[in-house]
Amino acid sequence: MVSSSVPSCSVRSTRTAISTVVPTLAAALLASVAVALALALSLGASPASAQDAATTEESIGGRLAFEGEAVAGVTIVVASTDGSATFETVTDADGAWLVVLPGPGTYRVELQVATLPEGIGLRDPERSSLELRVFENSTSAAIFALGEPQEVESDLLRRILQGTLNGLKFGLIIGMTSIGLSLIFGTTGLVNFAHGDLVTVGAFLAFLLNVTLGLHLLIAAPLAVIGGAVIAGALDRGIWRPLRARQTGLIAMLVVSIGLAFVLRHVVLLFLGGSRQSYMDFTLQSALDIGLVRVQPVELWVMGLSVAMLVAVGLMLTRTRLGKSMRAVADNRDLAASSGIDVQRVILSVWVLGGALTAVGGVFLGMIESVDYLMGFRLLLLMFAGVILGGLGSAYGAMLGGLVVGLVSEVSTVWFSSQIKYVWALGVLILILLFRPQGLLGRRERFG
Amino acid sequence: MIETLFFDALRSAVGPTAASYALLAVGLNLHFGYTGLLNFGQVGFMLVGAYGMAITVSVFGGPLWLGVIVGVLAAVVLSLLLGAPTLRLRADYLAITTIAAGEILRFLVRNTGSDALTGSVFGLRQFAGDFYALSPFPPGDYLGPLRFNANRLWVTLVGWGLVTLLSLLVWALMRSPWGRVLRSIREDEDAARSLGKNVFLFKMQSLILGGVIGAIGGMVFVLALQNLTPEMFLPQVTFFAFAIMILGGTGTVLGPTLGAVVFWFLLTGLQSGIRSVVDSGAIPGVAGGQAVGAVSLIAVGLLLMVLMIRRPQGVLGNREELRLDVS
Repeated sequence: MVSSSVPSCSVRSTRTAISTVVPTLAAALLASVAVALALALSLGASPASAQDAATTEESIGGRLAFEGEAVAGVTIVVASTDGSATFETVTDADGAWLVVLPGPGTYRVELQVATLPEGIGLRDPERSSLELRVFENSTSAAIFALGEPQEVESDLLRRILQGTLNGLKFGLIIGMTSIGLSLIFGTTGLVNFAHGDLVTVGAFLAFLLNVTLGLHLLIAAPLAVIGGAVIAGALDRGIWRPLRARQTGLIAMLVVSIGLAFVLRHVVLLFLGGSRQSYMDFTLQSALDIGLVRVQPVELWVMGLSVAMLVAVGLMLTRTRLGKSMRAVADNRDLAASSGIDVQRVILSVWVLGGALTAVGGVFLGMIESVDYLMGFRLLLLMFAGVILGGLGSAYGAMLGGLVVGLVSEVSTVWFSSQIKYVWALGVLILILLFRPQGLLGRRERFG
Repeated sequence: MIETLFFDALRSAVGPTAASYALLAVGLNLHFGYTGLLNFGQVGFMLVGAYGMAITVSVFGGPLWLGVIVGVLAAVVLSLLLGAPTLRLRADYLAITTIAAGEILRFLVRNTGSDALTGSVFGLRQFAGDFYALSPFPPGDYLGPLRFNANRLWVTLVGWGLVTLLSLLVWALMRSPWGRVLRSIREDEDAARSLGKNVFLFKMQSLILGGVIGAIGGMVFVLALQNLTPEMFLPQVTFFAFAIMILGGTGTVLGPTLGAVVFWFLLTGLQSGIRSVVDSGAIPGVAGGQAVGAVSLIAVGLLLMVLMIRRPQGVLGNREELRLDVS
């Protein structure tokens, strides 16, 4: 049942939320404008386009308020993301705080929750730390929405359900991107460490078409998927097939894939920059309250399409001639070759299919989270966990394992910090290797 | 300008960072070059070594020697944890587990929950005092155009001293029966097993020893910088070490040292070169710092690929000895 809708980015509930957040927001904006003005004045109204880096000033500031009242004495810590500098400050009697920074860049702002007065908490306990990008000569506002501390007990069911939903959403994407990884391993024996970066490339292509060229995401996304498939096919033809023909060892190929991953990842860094970006469309949607959980329409679409694609791939693998030959080659390459299957062609189609699926996963991940040059690498470790859990070489195993890994990492945030949610998923990987190294759906001889 | 570029590059090639990477590569060489273990998480060993030492000294106020022992023990424990589930499986399982473990460790130390112990994202400081108190050099400028100060000279000497010592150790071990077993495992695990060798045990010993050498590399690395943060332990560190090992010659004693010097000379030279080109404004619209980082990392990736395809034995290596494969 759909009961209400509010902007999902910062607030959780309806009228009370708006009435406290709007003043907070306004206050923070006012404070930052005032700060910027004061800075401009103190710098002797230096021109905005000051060439000399020494005269530029960047800062992060904000104002903490709860139901219109300023909240003083709260400790705020600002750290540059490369860890080179940290600053600590305390909000003053007006609830305002400001940190002058050494230069532009990305900073992590953390509100020390323990220093909040009794009876006041963060509206969203997950948002005690924010990552902000500070541009030259500007002040960024860090907005912390305060509210009543949440009563964890009564929320438990809701949080478990929300975690499960997020886990499904994330797990479907992991499963979809892992199919290629698993099938490539099955058909060629290569553990492709560049697979995660194919995800990044897909998301980045869509970003280029959508944001740089201004195409609607509904057009940009399919083009990016085609691009991802072409790139993956080209990699097979250009690098992997010649290496296979030279009978290069698998370990050598593995190291080559690491080098390739490096190249792909940092080409994206060169053009995209180091910060997180989002697409132009379907962002900041109003979230729907469905029963106990909240979900944005775009997330529902992503989940629905992911399920549809997984089903389609499953049908393709069992019903079509190409799908059957893919499974045959993955099962036993020599036998497949001797029964007349063109193995190199099948391998190429596995790469193309895998490339398309990773690009879809990348675009979906970019839609529900953000696009950045490390997104694929972060996902790769979870893909490995999923693929090994499900059984290396098996496409269905990859789907199942991906789902489990997504669920484990998201549901863990109900009880543990979300900063270490991937740790649990990777812990599952180590456990499965200890007790059932062939994975849930894998066969024993695969790991020999 | 060429002269500053050259001295920049040389300064980095003989400096403490190159020495710590040489140590990482010596450990990796023992794993990969001599035993055939695919360790993609050498940075994890480096991390536990560095954090083990720094936490002992800066959080608990212990002496430096105790910190070093704690760091080494941490590396031993990590090897046991990683090796037990994976060393009986195919080589690629170890690769996946180690790369994951390196990231798990980094997530854990930067997590707010471990703030009291590791300083989370802010890292740790003030653990290098004891080390620099041992320095015999009075303050001043050393090594002419390289402009090393006394502290840098001291940590550089210790770093390269350790590289020499541990390379000699590896050389001696590889001439021993123990080393011959390792190499036979690399060549043909089943053959070694059929001769009655406990392959798992030998692999584990190799993993532990190489991991400890990596941990020592981590200690030198953070002692030189006099602070540590989680962002120093990104997965790319391992791949720099891989590039160094392959560049110098996988499975050779001098390979890691030579590789580290050449790699850091090239990398720093490239970075300074790009920086001066970008700063001169020759390429419009490219932001300085980002481009330098991105282009040099692309170059490392290409280096790794081309070396592995064209000359997998590196500068010094012997191609015949090294026919690695997943077995």
